[in-house]
Amino acid sequence: MQFSENWLRTHIAPSLDSEGLAHTLTMAGLEVESVNPVGQDFSGVVVSKIVACEPHPGADRLKLCRVDAGGEELLQIVCGAPNAAEGLNVPCARVGAKLPSGGIRAAKVRGVESFGMLCSARELGLSQEDEGIMVLPADASPGQDLRTYLDLDDRCFTLKLTPNRGDCLSIRGIAREVAALTGDQLMTSPGMPVPAGSSSARTIVLDEPSACPRYCGRVISGIDPAAPTPEWMKRRLERCGVRSISALVDVTNYVMLELGQPMHAFDNAKLSGGIHVRFAREGEQLLLLNGQTIKPASDTLLIADEAEALALAGIMGGQESGVTATTTELFLESAHFSPEAVAGRARTYGFVSEASHRFERGVDFLLAREAIERATQLVLEICGGVPGPVTDATAQLPARRPVRLRTSRVERVLGLAVSDGEIQGLLSRLQMSASPLEGGFEVLPPSFRFDISIEEDLIEEIARLHGYDNVPARPPKATLGMLPQSEGRRSKHSIRQLLTARDYQEVVNYSFVDARWERDFCANEAPILLSNPIASQMSVMRSSLVGGLVGNLANNLRRRVGRVRLYEIGRCFFRDDAGGEIIGFRQPIRLGGLCAGPALPEQWDIATRAVDFFDVKGDVEALLLPSKAEFVRAEQPGFHPGRAAAILLDGRRIGVIGELHPRLADAYELGTAPIAFELDLAVLLDRSLPQFSDLSPFPPVTRDIALVVDQDIRAEDVVACLRGAAPGFLRNIHLFDVYIGKGVEAGKKSVAFRIVMQDTERTLADAEVEAALVQILAAAQAALGARLRG
Amino acid sequence: MQDLDRLIREATAQFAAVADPAKLEQVKAAYLGKGGVLTALLKGLGSLPVEERRTAGASINRAKEAIESALEGRRAALREAAVDLRLREETLDVTLPGRGLRLGGVHPATRTLDRIEALFGSIGFEVADGPEIETDFHNFSALNTPENHPARSMHDTFYIEGAPGLLLRTHTSPIQVRYMLGHVDRHADTDPMPPIKVIAPGRVYRVDSDATHSPMFHQVEGLWVDENASFADLKGLLTDFLRRFFEKDDLRVRFRPSFFPFTEPSAEVDMGCVFCDGVGCRVCSHSGWLEIAGCGMVHPNVFRAVGIDCERYLGFAFGIGPDRLTMLRYGINDLRLFYDGDLRFLEQFR
Repeated sequence: MQFSENWLRTHIAPSLDSEGLAHTLTMAGLEVESVNPVGQDFSGVVVSKIVACEPHPGADRLKLCRVDAGGEELLQIVCGAPNAAEGLNVPCARVGAKLPSGGIRAAKVRGVESFGMLCSARELGLSQEDEGIMVLPADASPGQDLRTYLDLDDRCFTLKLTPNRGDCLSIRGIAREVAALTGDQLMTSPGMPVPAGSSSARTIVLDEPSACPRYCGRVISGIDPAAPTPEWMKRRLERCGVRSISALVDVTNYVMLELGQPMHAFDNAKLSGGIHVRFAREGEQLLLLNGQTIKPASDTLLIADEAEALALAGIMGGQESGVTATTTELFLESAHFSPEAVAGRARTYGFVSEASHRFERGVDFLLAREAIERATQLVLEICGGVPGPVTDATAQLPARRPVRLRTSRVERVLGLAVSDGEIQGLLSRLQMSASPLEGGFEVLPPSFRFDISIEEDLIEEIARLHGYDNVPARPPKATLGMLPQSEGRRSKHSIRQLLTARDYQEVVNYSFVDARWERDFCANEAPILLSNPIASQMSVMRSSLVGGLVGNLANNLRRRVGRVRLYEIGRCFFRDDAGGEIIGFRQPIRLGGLCAGPALPEQWDIATRAVDFFDVKGDVEALLLPSKAEFVRAEQPGFHPGRAAAILLDGRRIGVIGELHPRLADAYELGTAPIAFELDLAVLLDRSLPQFSDLSPFPPVTRDIALVVDQDIRAEDVVACLRGAAPGFLRNIHLFDVYIGKGVEAGKKSVAFRIVMQDTERTLADAEVEAALVQILAAAQAALGARLRG
Repeated sequence: MQDLDRLIREATAQFAAVADPAKLEQVKAAYLGKGGVLTALLKGLGSLPVEERRTAGASINRAKEAIESALEGRRAALREAAVDLRLREETLDVTLPGRGLRLGGVHPATRTLDRIEALFGSIGFEVADGPEIETDFHNFSALNTPENHPARSMHDTFYIEGAPGLLLRTHTSPIQVRYMLGHVDRHADTDPMPPIKVIAPGRVYRVDSDATHSPMFHQVEGLWVDENASFADLKGLLTDFLRRFFEKDDLRVRFRPSFFPFTEPSAEVDMGCVFCDGVGCRVCSHSGWLEIAGCGMVHPNVFRAVGIDCERYLGFAFGIGPDRLTMLRYGINDLRLFYDGDLRFLEQFR
């Protein structure tokens, strides 16, 4: 809601300055977003009349004007504006005036003396456009200060109103609020009834009395369609952010802004028969004032005559029945539509209007009659005409239910004791009558408030008027109890610390992604779509974190950052009939990581090497400790088929790791394919409790062996075979080298292990150790065709 | 006797003249070795008269000890000299950079969330979580925002195609609802119901995008339900939080009336601008104040929706924008940087 401060001050005159007023409103819950002066700073500019206008003797494009600026003598002023002409009223900056661009002095222009300047709106900071000198209405009297004449010492207040305060969507409403806050008297007088001058009227039928319990209509005939809107009205409308359209439309908007009652003006000549307020019927169509043709749904309330639909009730008029430049007979509407009958409807047709905005929030149900009288008065003043009687169709008007308020509850909720007397005083300032009851009051909210239906609403009002600042800020008291600290669960925080220690940087990516990412990285052809995405590359819910990380990598490469190690912890989204908390959708939190570029930051005396699968696998293994996962080579969408693995824990798939598919690395301009992994976070958070086992006092025996096996034999199978064949005193088998090349025949590889043996009961004898090795080797030979490397 | 003294002097001088440890051992052999002078003297004792043997033996042994001690001294000196030499040769350019992995880092918003969790955790708040694809019921209806309520226009909502009633949560308040439902269920047989103290951080979504709005951002919801939780407590708690978060004991905090369908009374929380100390600057739009949180007393309809007796229990809830806190804390001027993965930005917060 935007409004003119000066207009407001015609309704109430608090002793606060603009800043104080803004502060008071803000602290009462009517947040003032901005206060802007309507005109820039200038002084010494008056209304003047060009009495004579001749060509400048020394310059073709200049004019020599004699100007009546209210002084005893005419002023000679040189003016360059092409529209300067005899008889016009224009602003004149006299010698000594201060304009936004600087001061005005007497000067010689091409040899002719000039005592001031005739100003354009732009030079006064009143407009952005350059349209020659500003022409003032003929009734302006020379010598009058322009600021006064144009009411420029005014400020536009912009309120950020919350949806509960529909009652403040008018000058009167804001004035009422100011009165409640400051205790100043309202100066508004209710609109006086305008007696009928003719019997011309229309019948009004309230077909839906609960949606529209009151409809006032009035015919005004014989109006002058060409009558212009007076400047003062245009100005007020403009300063409230409403464009002037025509006198009749402006009057309805003016009354809406002044009183808060949305109104509508029909061309009476285009109506046939009585007016009905009814719901839309099947197949009806309506061309609206905004040019949109709609087919109103059956829950949409219409204004109709006997022939057809005319307007969307409380939302917008129809084009065919609206007033035009030739309208001489007016039918004015001022009605009450219930919030329920209007709420959300406009939005279903893709717009909101000033009227729907107000009716959705609630318009004073006692206001319709007063508003139509006020509008009649203004129409008559501006356009003339003869009013018919007001047809006031009223069914059962809404009633305010009394709300019980307990003094003790006020104290309990606010933590502040407010006495009965104070409560009553505060409520009466809000025009709420409070009748005392045992322990409290019964309060009747006024017809203009739609947000007072329970005790808490009243408590808020009391706190608001008392001042939130005056409620103490107290450290809360509570019983102390320790929170459970499950040792079997790690926090996300500890996972992040681990990743930080391993040189990963956290990122946060959007949960909605490009459908292409889903296809490329997840082979997901049927992603979860948003109905109303903000952009096509943010239109589907991700089922993997990899796409986002690849996007990050590409962006960073573009910015010449070559070594990239990223991770994200976030939800992924899957259709799943089993679902979880949300039927039909599973939304697990995952950890995704991606590495590209050198394994280590470039540093002296260490050869640079690109990060590879095993570097990242090491990170994943560290993340999973103390659990030990199984890595099973498997084709994964988006990954190099030979360089990707499913990650299994206790046989259950918990994630994936691999090198990105070279085709995708190309398509996304990544250069070398990065290594990425993704894990279910829940699994990472689970952690088993450590279990102590006895330390051996006896020395360990270590033996290194190198086995030559076929290249396609998996390291893990070799280890498993060795372990399986080893006696109980085997402590550890550790793979420490893999070699392919000279000295090992083609198709084979040498795999070296360090085998540690130790018994907890005794020192191992050499013979036992040797026997164990023989046993292990024999098994490897039998199962894998391995032989000891010579 | 004089011979022995001379011998000691001679040996000491010879030891001193040797700079090489191996050479020293050779010189030692000339005195103390099997064929050495002292060994020979000792052997020669037998040829002395019995009465002289003792004194002569003692003298020779004293000389031997003196020479051994001189030898040991020289050995130590040579060891020291060798170490000194090594130390002189072995200096490093300690200004060369260290090697190995660097440290990574967390996202700046995570930094803030961690701090928020720690601060509220310090007075016993638990942390809860909830789904991001939410039901209309949890996101709106249970929060006293029925369909067509004008307050819904405050949240421009993303909807899920083909799944009526499902949306991307527009705030973390639905976690409040889920938590209360669970709490009521867990404590059905406990009287009074144990208090609720919980915060719920997470990602939320709104159809909005510019320098200060992102279609996805973070929020932290907080909830306290107890038999005696009041607006004064809420003011105290949030004031305390903001002062601890910004580590500024005199930070000004103000509460002004506002509207949320799920709280009544409701308040907007402002804090004195941390950039200009309340004088007015670009960041605070020259108001001296920064809007930092929304809060209020839990609306009775919300308690009804989750089955909590709204006569007996009172509660307050608040929603904080950690992204904004992060921007203010570190002086970040563009929210879009948060979701861009630009390492040049992210690495500043390590």
